[in-house]
Amino acid sequence: MSKPLKQIHLAAHFPGVNNTTVWSDPAAGSHIEFASFSHFARTAERAKFDFLFLAEGLRLREQGGQIYDLDVVGRPDTFTVLAALAAVTERIGLTGTINSTFNEPYEVARQFASLDHLSDGRAAWNVVTSWDAFTGENFRRGGFLPQQDRYARAKEFLATANELFDSWRGDEIVADPATGTFLRDARAGAFAHKGPQFDIAGQFNVPRSPQGRPVIFQAGDSDEGREFAAAGADAIFSRYSTLKEGQAFYTDVKGRLARYGRRPEQLLILPAATFVLADTDAEAEELSREVRRLQVSGATAIKHLEFVWNRDLSSYDPDGPLPEIDPDLGEHTVARGRAQVRMYRDPLATAREWRELAEANKWSIRDLVIETGNRQSFVGSPATIAETIDSFVQADASDGFILVPHITPGGLDGFADRVVPLLQERGVFRTEYEGTTLRDHLGLAHPDAGNGGASVAESVA
Amino acid sequence: MSVQPSSDLPSPSPASPSVPPSPLPPLHLAVALDGAGWHPAAWREPGARADELFTAGYWADAVAEAERGLLDFVTIEDSLGLQTSGYGGPDERTDQVRGRLDAVLIASRVAPLTRHIGLVPTLIATHTEPFHLSKAIATLDYVSGGRAGLRVQVSARPHEAAHFGRRTFPPFTIEEYDRPHVQELVTDLFDEAADYVEAVRRLWDSWEDDAEIRDVATGRFIDRDKLHYIDFQGRHFSVKGPSITPRPPQGQPPVTALAHATVPYRLVARSADIGYVTPHDAAQAAGIVAEIRTEQEAAGRAADTVHVFGDLVVFLDEDGAAARARRDRLDGLLEAPYTSDAEIFAGTPAELADLLLEWRAAGLTGYRLRPAALAHDLPVITRGLVPELQSRGAFRRAYEAGTLRGLLGLARPANRYATTSA
Repeated sequence: MSKPLKQIHLAAHFPGVNNTTVWSDPAAGSHIEFASFSHFARTAERAKFDFLFLAEGLRLREQGGQIYDLDVVGRPDTFTVLAALAAVTERIGLTGTINSTFNEPYEVARQFASLDHLSDGRAAWNVVTSWDAFTGENFRRGGFLPQQDRYARAKEFLATANELFDSWRGDEIVADPATGTFLRDARAGAFAHKGPQFDIAGQFNVPRSPQGRPVIFQAGDSDEGREFAAAGADAIFSRYSTLKEGQAFYTDVKGRLARYGRRPEQLLILPAATFVLADTDAEAEELSREVRRLQVSGATAIKHLEFVWNRDLSSYDPDGPLPEIDPDLGEHTVARGRAQVRMYRDPLATAREWRELAEANKWSIRDLVIETGNRQSFVGSPATIAETIDSFVQADASDGFILVPHITPGGLDGFADRVVPLLQERGVFRTEYEGTTLRDHLGLAHPDAGNGGASVAESVA
Repeated sequence: MSVQPSSDLPSPSPASPSVPPSPLPPLHLAVALDGAGWHPAAWREPGARADELFTAGYWADAVAEAERGLLDFVTIEDSLGLQTSGYGGPDERTDQVRGRLDAVLIASRVAPLTRHIGLVPTLIATHTEPFHLSKAIATLDYVSGGRAGLRVQVSARPHEAAHFGRRTFPPFTIEEYDRPHVQELVTDLFDEAADYVEAVRRLWDSWEDDAEIRDVATGRFIDRDKLHYIDFQGRHFSVKGPSITPRPPQGQPPVTALAHATVPYRLVARSADIGYVTPHDAAQAAGIVAEIRTEQEAAGRAADTVHVFGDLVVFLDEDGAAARARRDRLDGLLEAPYTSDAEIFAGTPAELADLLLEWRAAGLTGYRLRPAALAHDLPVITRGLVPELQSRGAFRRAYEAGTLRGLLGLARPANRYATTSA
């Protein structure tokens, strides 16, 4: 029973374009200015976090045929802001979410390899897929990809990118002025990939980067997504931050690794987690309710209900009862550019359940959306939060957490100053960075050119 | 005017005998960064740091040196394939620099380390997405506090197209450049580049400056009436918009392009704020400027400022014989004289200043210098040429503006989609 203590991995998710982020708080700053990113990244680095995480969305969300205006709207380009952050930090990992549908492997591989060079080995790639024609309208090929092919493309995209990363072994550059030899091998970077998604060949033009390949994250939750992660990802960004769900997910995904010849420690499970921190548990509980109320305005509550009803509900009073009319079961047309609408697989049942809940508790529409929405993952005093996080990790509900503060850019400050020291006292979180690369922080091996992670390529074939 | 008085002028007396008043506005000066320099053997020179070309420190030092010289901006070369000695496919040479980092990311990596100098990375319109690059340059503009620009380039190289697998181009040699089938391809690629710049520019304007309102009373973060679909439809692509990134600090970061012939001159005239051209004497410079001005008028942009910069490869030494000897030595390592699309200058900073001012009289408003060997020639530009031009009243003595547009004398443009002038 005396299992050694697991070391916790912590990451910081820059507050996102969704209603978790409370932009109305007087302390809320810009979501675009570099000073916000710089403050956030430096705070995370001061706290010795493993990495910073940026999400992405390639089309502004719409609801009812109009641009959705109730949440934060707008974000910078992921690669560009990460490269700039490399200049104002020294050790923290830099993780970017980059889509495999509306990009090309040669370009993305050279961007990640460049970022890895320019950050001395701190780049990571959260590989995501999309297929919708709505997003496609911003790109050359439009909505070319059928939904069922999105993982096929993602797998082949990653396999192709890995071939490009591995096309330089790492010893090609001699740069000896005396002999005049710059390259040892004229064919450095040679590659040829022929598959259903990509038929490309030539020479890659970025020499092998410090980590060899960026650290690979996967965020999808479907069976296909889990299998994709088990085959070749280094970490999963999951959404199961409760103990039971977390343990079930952890067991499921780690159990899939053996099939690919991988060990459990080669894939880290890192759920997203929100938190509300205060001096005492009671104060934190009160603050938690307040934050949830700020996150769900009356207007936001109506919009949220529309995800389930798939109807225009703008005439309803958010402080009144739920609609008597049933959801429209046709193709979802109200909200575009969002993943949430797919969470409600049986809208009629959800509507019935919500009406019963609202009636029993005398909840208005807004009350219902607040009460049925996710409570913050961790609510309490610094001691309570440190204890909870540690117990989750030791109980194999995760290997750590990707924290999502609700205030930009100062929302991480309290955690850094008050919770991290307690985790360090418990001996479960680093007090100094031991290595220089993100792979070092995460305890992942550096891939050898030509064989590391070849399983993904094989699984495609 | 916010121009700082130069310290050695006896203010308030306007005329100093040692500095004759210059009849033309001061020159703009940029430096083109490419590996260890533009001569293929430059990496073998002392101090070239050829083993550091893929590190941030190398680029940070180069841009810091350019900023020390008060230069308007640096450009950063890029390509979607390995460098080659000709225009064709990979040459399999092992005696020259091969491999490079993404230019936008280099620019962004050095932005927080600099304060005044413009950062102008190259992007290749032929194979990239205008939506991605528009937000990348907008973000570079945020990161640098208004110092971003872009240099747009096309690629007709068959081997680079094969890296993307979406288009195939017929192979051709540079001697076949004037053949109809090559001209047809090139014209199409430049037309696509013009479309690309148009889409990028519309995306920059797709958010009005005051679109973010944070109106707590109504719960609205933005005023969506101030966000705009760009609905760009071109022959090669269409883009819906709006951008996911708000309008950049400069509104429209400067767009630049290198041009050698009528088709690319037209791109400069239609789409750019700066064209880099390659005359070999003052008369050629005058002819090129006249052609661009004619195209500019035809494009309905006669009232816009379009800078025409001369590109020059430079070997610079305080002793002109040393500069020429260095050129000979590097050519010897190459086992052939280095040739370039641009005029190659070897001489002293004073001689170069003479040339720059002579060609300025032909209508050029600035220069983009390509240091033959970066480690040697960049510091001579910043510490030799710049003081020489300053002493002739032809170059700034301090940065006079906080943005790249400001340095280039370009006003912050109105948003094309804004309906109110509130």
